[in-house]
Amino acid sequence: MASFPTTATVDSRISSDGVRLPPVVLGGNGRPDSGGPDYPTRLRRARLGLLVALTPVFMLFVSFTSAYLVRQGLPSLDPATNSLVSDWISVRLPVLLFFNTTILLLSSVAMEFARHRARIVFVEDVARSSANGFPWLGITLSLGLCFLYGQWLAWRQLAASGFYITTTPSSSFVYLLTGAHAVHLFGGILVLVASCLASFLGFSATRRSIVVDITAWYWHFMTVLWVYILCLLEFAR
Amino acid sequence: MSTQEAVSREAHAHAASQSFIRKYIFSLDHKVIGIQYYFLALTAVTVGMFLSLLMRIHLIWPAAVLPLIGEIKPEAYLSLLTMHGTIMVFFVLTTAPQGGFGNYFLPIQIGAPDMAFPVLNMLSFWTTFLGFVVMVAAFFVQGGAPLHGWTGYAPLSAVQSTGPGEGLGADLWIISIAIFCIGALMGSLNFITTTLDMRAKGMSLMRMPLTCWAWFITAILGLLAFGVLLSGGILLLLDRNIGTSFYVPLITVNGQLTGHKGGSPLLWQHLFWFFGHPEVYIAILPAMGLASQLLSVFSRKPIFGYKAMVYAMLSIGFLGFMVWGHHMFMSGMSPYTAFAFSLMTMAIGVPSAIKTFNWLGTLLHGRIRFHSPMLFAIGFVSLFVSGGISGPFLAQPVLDIQLHDTYFVPAHFHLIMGVASIFGIFAATYYWFPKMFGRMMSESLARWHFWFSLIGTYAIFMPMHYLGMAGHPRRYSQLTEVAYLHGLLPLQKFITYAAFVTIAGQLIFIFNLFWSMKFGEKASDNPWQATTLEWITATPPPHDNFGGHTPVVHNGPYEYNVPGAASDFVMQTDPEIAATH
Amino acid sequence: MGLVLLIVIWLITLLSTYFFLAKTWWLPVGASAIAPAIDHHFVTTFVLMGIVFVAAQISLGYLAWRYRDSGSSSQKVVYSHGNTKLEVIWTALTAVLFIGLNLMSSSIWASERFRPAAADSVRVEVTGMQFAWYFRYPGPDGKFGATRPELEDASAGGESALGLDPRDPASKDDVVTGVMVVPVNREVEVILRAHDVIHSFFVPAMRFKQDAVPGLAIRMHFTPTQTGDFEIACAELCGLGHYKMHGIVRVVSPDEYDKWLAAREAEKQ
Repeated sequence: MASFPTTATVDSRISSDGVRLPPVVLGGNGRPDSGGPDYPTRLRRARLGLLVALTPVFMLFVSFTSAYLVRQGLPSLDPATNSLVSDWISVRLPVLLFFNTTILLLSSVAMEFARHRARIVFVEDVARSSANGFPWLGITLSLGLCFLYGQWLAWRQLAASGFYITTTPSSSFVYLLTGAHAVHLFGGILVLVASCLASFLGFSATRRSIVVDITAWYWHFMTVLWVYILCLLEFAR
Repeated sequence: MSTQEAVSREAHAHAASQSFIRKYIFSLDHKVIGIQYYFLALTAVTVGMFLSLLMRIHLIWPAAVLPLIGEIKPEAYLSLLTMHGTIMVFFVLTTAPQGGFGNYFLPIQIGAPDMAFPVLNMLSFWTTFLGFVVMVAAFFVQGGAPLHGWTGYAPLSAVQSTGPGEGLGADLWIISIAIFCIGALMGSLNFITTTLDMRAKGMSLMRMPLTCWAWFITAILGLLAFGVLLSGGILLLLDRNIGTSFYVPLITVNGQLTGHKGGSPLLWQHLFWFFGHPEVYIAILPAMGLASQLLSVFSRKPIFGYKAMVYAMLSIGFLGFMVWGHHMFMSGMSPYTAFAFSLMTMAIGVPSAIKTFNWLGTLLHGRIRFHSPMLFAIGFVSLFVSGGISGPFLAQPVLDIQLHDTYFVPAHFHLIMGVASIFGIFAATYYWFPKMFGRMMSESLARWHFWFSLIGTYAIFMPMHYLGMAGHPRRYSQLTEVAYLHGLLPLQKFITYAAFVTIAGQLIFIFNLFWSMKFGEKASDNPWQATTLEWITATPPPHDNFGGHTPVVHNGPYEYNVPGAASDFVMQTDPEIAATH
Repeated sequence: MGLVLLIVIWLITLLSTYFFLAKTWWLPVGASAIAPAIDHHFVTTFVLMGIVFVAAQISLGYLAWRYRDSGSSSQKVVYSHGNTKLEVIWTALTAVLFIGLNLMSSSIWASERFRPAAADSVRVEVTGMQFAWYFRYPGPDGKFGATRPELEDASAGGESALGLDPRDPASKDDVVTGVMVVPVNREVEVILRAHDVIHSFFVPAMRFKQDAVPGLAIRMHFTPTQTGDFEIACAELCGLGHYKMHGIVRVVSPDEYDKWLAAREAEKQ
């Protein structure tokens, strides 16, 4: 793995027995560190960590998908007739879900703008990020909350048309898939709130930048995942 | 000030001001977290062993009334076996080798100052701890612990009325496992990121000790498998509590319709075993990595076929995801699918055999020193062979007809996964104790422990093969009802007596462990004269492992008796020998 | 220590092998048509794997003793990182052994499981429930009548335990028993069902095992070749009574079977 060079050296330090001490490394926060990694390394490491972390989330939804598809095709023994019958009833998805999808896509766009804005540039060995002018993070957060609220409304609509979580196997999966996605998105929202409050929480500029970057990628994954779930429920029924 | 002081002072600058709580309870230091995991596993194994003791007693004296516990009812026996299996598999075999020793030694062996995400590491331990607390709580709620076995097949596990213990106890069991999954996934995250991104200069992947490879591959297996278990558990919780029918078809329990219909019990089996099979490799891979390490160190010879060992572990990991159906040959699955799974299962025996040949090849022409870690490493190989030989019987569906769900199966998995992995934990303890605690464990006590354990575990589990071939089904709380089992009671008695003796022998280890922490002979930095990076650190290692220096690696991890070298081992950081060969 | 290790490992190996060879505890006598083939393959696997077991353990013990550190400076260690040629050879041999064994057994598996039961086989529906086995014969009309879960009443036994629906004309002649009676040398088709949780119909003497899964009706077959009473043991954890969920397969001569069945069918008229 390539490693990025350290960003700066302060003064040369000689110990009392004439040995040059290892240089003080300026950490990514612009302050002397006790040997911590620099900003590009930390960013790379965080992104790698996110990629790894998304794998089990992916596997969770792969399992749900597999269970969904298998269940669809599974006949069940009807004791009254002693024969195998299929009991899958398609659920008509509320149109609201498509509207919610648009909201989520827009939030991803906003999130991407926010990520760009939060990027760190080193000017004369000092970390700087773009001015926190336009509230892209705030917009993402609002749209995300709108999406969740919209999902809640969609659930209410489903229930009103008679499909509760236990009504049919197909409805169970609709609630399961949308619910699991919503839980994960809510986790992303909590981290977004933390980013918005970064200055209050005492994050350094570099730390905030990394958090926003990771949250953005996570958010995009959630959007893609949602589109996938919608397609699965809409087309594979 | 001198170089040493200056560097040391810097390194300890931020560590010095920590409170007791930050330093020992919510520590971010991977070494402390590793020890925390280890003691969690030690607690769990004590509970797990005690449960198995009760099981063994009940089997041969079903009507016995025990002090404090009273009489063990049939459903209580089933709860004992469920919790024994669950606690051992999750909180011992998946905790000590990876969370315990992996956490402690992976960063050091690759030359890193800590894991990639120390806060996450701390959280992963406390999450696992919470999972254990919830699991144990199942014993104390109304109805007690679940009775559905560690495999938790639906509908037995999916409907609350199927038996005592299937109420709140079963819910807690599922929740505990879900919490464990989260903790394990956090751990996997750290292991993978650290291995990929934090190796010291010169520490290429093919210079990593095999222990690091094992921890790395184990983490990948966990990453892919625990999410599936989590999904299965969520569906189970929904079936049990909300009334969905993922797993439950139209059934009646105790004469009552349950309100479920259309579900598939086989769906649980598929989801569970898709996790469950990789899980057994998660349990054994770290021990395999360690056996390779120890056989090399104590034969004073490089491991035979390092590359083959790496590819074998990778194959085992990969193929491990393709064989889960071999747990389901008798389940009602299509016989064609069964054939496919059995072929894959035989295939996975091949890399395991390669590893065994290579372990033997490492001993060949070596110069073997029988310190306690080596005894347990050799014991590991013997147990792995014994447990492995019974695999091909079970892997063939036509023979599995007779052997499935008989004692032949616990004979197989206890030898190859349970005891072999525990021997790995013992070996790791004797080997790394000097580095962790600065003292040596008593060699003579270790030898007693070794003989009790080796002979004892063979005495317990070898006879189970015979029971299985004779048709003795698993999970029977007593032998009194089925007529053809009566003749097998003497063998069961022998197993129980062997268990008494073997468990007693483990007290030697517990005593040795704690006594040596205080009174063991002081250890040097490299008592075993081994080459890997943990042996160049101070004892115990400082907070950032290398005291401000980052090691630079020049050699592979198994350079023993290198022709032309001054001593019979060459440290990985030694630049001299790198130039000569 | 090397010598002690060798002795202990060799002793454990020889002792366990002895009990296998002596068949002190062994497979029960086979009483079905498939048993000879299965048992023969069991022995083949056993011999081949046994050779590997003994060879590996003997080598382990031997190597531990032979290459012990003798303390003398003349003991030379061979510095070697391995031998690729050897790796390839033993990998290939292992693969041949394992895959070969598997293919051999697959033909038996295929003959047993890849085909449905013969058209003239004796059909018995086997139902498992917590904690008993019930057996149902279709009667002269050759049809199994309908069952309804709401009608199940385990305490009343027999037809009521199965929840037989009296309104279905096909169920009037169904014979329900607590013992499975079948004629010798005729293929028996079992249709496995379960009412509550997964059970497993295991008849060791017949080399027959199959899970009974609620929600499924699984068809399997076997052919008993000896008369006598053979015990059934439930082989899938099904609750607190799992250990006592047993039954009997009674194999009788064809004449006796016909007489028995006729008598039971007559009771239903």
